[in-house]
This record gives sequence, structure tokens and C-alpha cells, in this order.
Amino acid sequence: MAPVKVFGPAMSAHAARILVCLEEVGAEYEVVNVDMQAKEHKSPEHLARNPFGQIPAFQDGDIVLFESRAIAKYVLRKYSKSAGVDLLREGDLKEAAMVDVWTEVEAHTYNPALSPVVYECLIYPAMRGVPTNQKVVEESLEKLKKVLDVYEARLSKHDYLAGDFLSFADLNHFPYTHYFMGTPHASLFDAYPHVKAWWERLAARPSVKKLSAGMPLKF
Amino acid sequence: MAPVKVFGPAMSTNMARVLVCLEEVGAEYEVVDVDFDAGEHKRPEHLARNPFGQTPAFQDGELMLFESRAISRYVLRKYKTEGVNLLREDNLQESALVDVWLDVEAHQYNPAISPVIYQHYLIPMRGGTPDQKLISESIEKMKKLLDVYEARLSNFKYLAGDFVSLADLSHFPYTYRMRHCLIPIQVSRRGGRA
Repeated sequence: MAPVKVFGPAMSAHAARILVCLEEVGAEYEVVNVDMQAKEHKSPEHLARNPFGQIPAFQDGDIVLFESRAIAKYVLRKYSKSAGVDLLREGDLKEAAMVDVWTEVEAHTYNPALSPVVYECLIYPAMRGVPTNQKVVEESLEKLKKVLDVYEARLSKHDYLAGDFLSFADLNHFPYTHYFMGTPHASLFDAYPHVKAWWERLAARPSVKKLSAGMPLKF
Repeated sequence: MAPVKVFGPAMSTNMARVLVCLEEVGAEYEVVDVDFDAGEHKRPEHLARNPFGQTPAFQDGELMLFESRAISRYVLRKYKTEGVNLLREDNLQESALVDVWLDVEAHQYNPAISPVIYQHYLIPMRGGTPDQKLISESIEKMKKLLDVYEARLSNFKYLAGDFVSLADLSHFPYTYRMRHCLIPIQVSRRGGRA
């Protein structure tokens, strides 16, 4: 079986969302770089993979996909049985629902609060040479604190977000949280002991450690 | 079996996403209003259903859920039949395409269309003036998205393929409101397939 292909820069947080799932199931894969500076993501070749001209994109034989969470779920569904891993819990109505709930929370609540801090403190200064917009950072941190209040309550009751089992919901938090820890605001998590412990459990996973090594915090 | 409960204002667009799925599967359900103006969404009773104080929330027996797309998936899985299979989780490729276009709705379509709805409907309801610049910018984004949708729907009857799925249904609530806006957007030129 040919390795699957993930198209996009390996450092990209959205690509990492897929790569961590590939690592967890032990699948063979290849990362094919897409040169964003050279606008390669807008080339006809890439638009054929992702008609919105974004990264990542994915190929498994004749199957071409885009949207990182959709790709990651495909990977988990395809390889879970053979890998003996069950991160989606689709065999159990209630557990699968809890995985979906906290996957949506990451997408619609956690990430919108946390990622502007990553963009303003790390990405924009490095990629666009612009200074950090402190107002955006302050507003985002205020939102993030409220979100972490809820996470702290949840993780005081369960080891992981969907329940007492690691799932796709937890793994989705890895890429942007990893980069957040490279901003001057990493110590925010110290005020949320259960959240911090949960993050450290995730960061200690071999899949996460391996990928983190390729995602430097200094751009 | 007791009817499931959906908590939130019946007219809310995110509520409609869940309700259309319940209708599609023919499940018995009850809508329980949550009075935003009275701050009900921030009170302990509702926070126990949705710790972020948002709607919709959902209850099936002892199971409490929130996030409209997660609730929708639960409903479609629980009530799935041979005839009503809107997630296609029995087929690796089909389920992936459902997920792709559901994520497009969530991360591209929705962020482009919802400012238009919010500015056109909700702001005037609160006595404010719609931000025409934001509406115009959102419509420009929507046009670019609809170019991609047009190409896709020229090849397939529905977004995930030649079968209707949650990906299509998820577009219903905001698109319905858009069709009733007094804004000249040429949805009809694009076949109005939503």
C-alpha cells in the first residue's frame, strides 16, 4: 500500500492535526510541502486537491480530501481496527457524541480564543514582519480564561475531554496549544491545574513529542 | 421512549440545524425555550446543559449534549435506517466527503454568511443600524465560495456526492434566512440548490 500524502508545510498547525492521528495509528505517510510564499496553494495543481486554495490537502490513492478535521477522521476510521486504537468511539452512541461535542468546542470556542495569541505573538511578526497587536492579545486572553474555566471544571471530573479515555477531541488541541506554549503567555495555564496536567499528558505522548520536534517555537 | 428535548429559542439558526435532522429521521422531540433576554442561558440550570451558556443544548434521557453539529450527528446516528443515512459512516469514502463539506459549511460558508444575517436581521431588532460595509465584504466572500460550490454542484447533485447528507442539511438554516433578505445576491444564478 502506498503511503498516504499530506500536502502542506509540516510546521502548519492544521497539518499537524492530521499528522498526530497518522502517528497514533502508525500509518505510513509522506508530507509534501506546499510553498505558501510562492503562492503554490493557489496553483491549479493544488486547487485540484483543495478548491478553496488552502492547506492541508490529502491523498490516499484516488481519494483526495481537504479540511484537516475531516482528513484526520478519515485516517482514524481507516486505520483504527488494524492499529487497535479507538479515538472516535463510533461503536458507542454516547461516547461518540461526547467526542463530537468536544471536537466542536475546540473548533468553535477554544481555537478562536487561543489562536489569535499564537498569530499575534509568533506567526505575524515572523511571517509578515508586523509587531504584535497587544489589544487583540489582551482580548483573546480574557476570552481564553473563560474557556479554561470550563475546561478546568470538565477535566476535574474526567482525565480527558470526552470522558476517561483519550480521543480525537483531545488530540485536536495539540497543534495550536503547542505553539501557545511558545508565546510569552504560556504561564496562563498554571492557573488551571487540571488543564495543565491534561496538556502535559498529551505532550508526553510519543506521537506528540515526535511532531513537536518538527514544530519549532522560534520561527 | 420519551421525546428528546432541544433547548433554545425555536427561531434560532443553530437550533434549526438540529431540528431539520430530527424531522428528517422522524423522531419525536420537544423544543424547550431558553429566554436569552431574561439571561436564562447564563443560569445554573442551563449551564448544566451547556457549560458555555449557549444554545442549542439537547437531552436524550440522561445524555446531555451541546454544539449543534455534534447533536445533529448523534440524532442521525441514533435514528439511522436503510432509507435515512445522512452520515454514511458505513462507507469510508462517502463519510469522509460528508465530513469535508460539513467542515466547509462550518469554517467557510457560515463565517461568510452569518455576518449578513446578523447585520440584516438581529442588529435592527435591537434598534441598531446594519453595518453595510461588513455586509458588502461578506457578500464578496460569499461570491468566491459560491463559485466553488457551483463547480462542485455541476458535477454532483449534492455536496458529498449524488446523495443528500448532513453536509447539505447543515447549510439550510442560514441559507433559508439569506433567501429572505432584501439583498440582491444572485443565488438564483447559482441554481439555488441549497
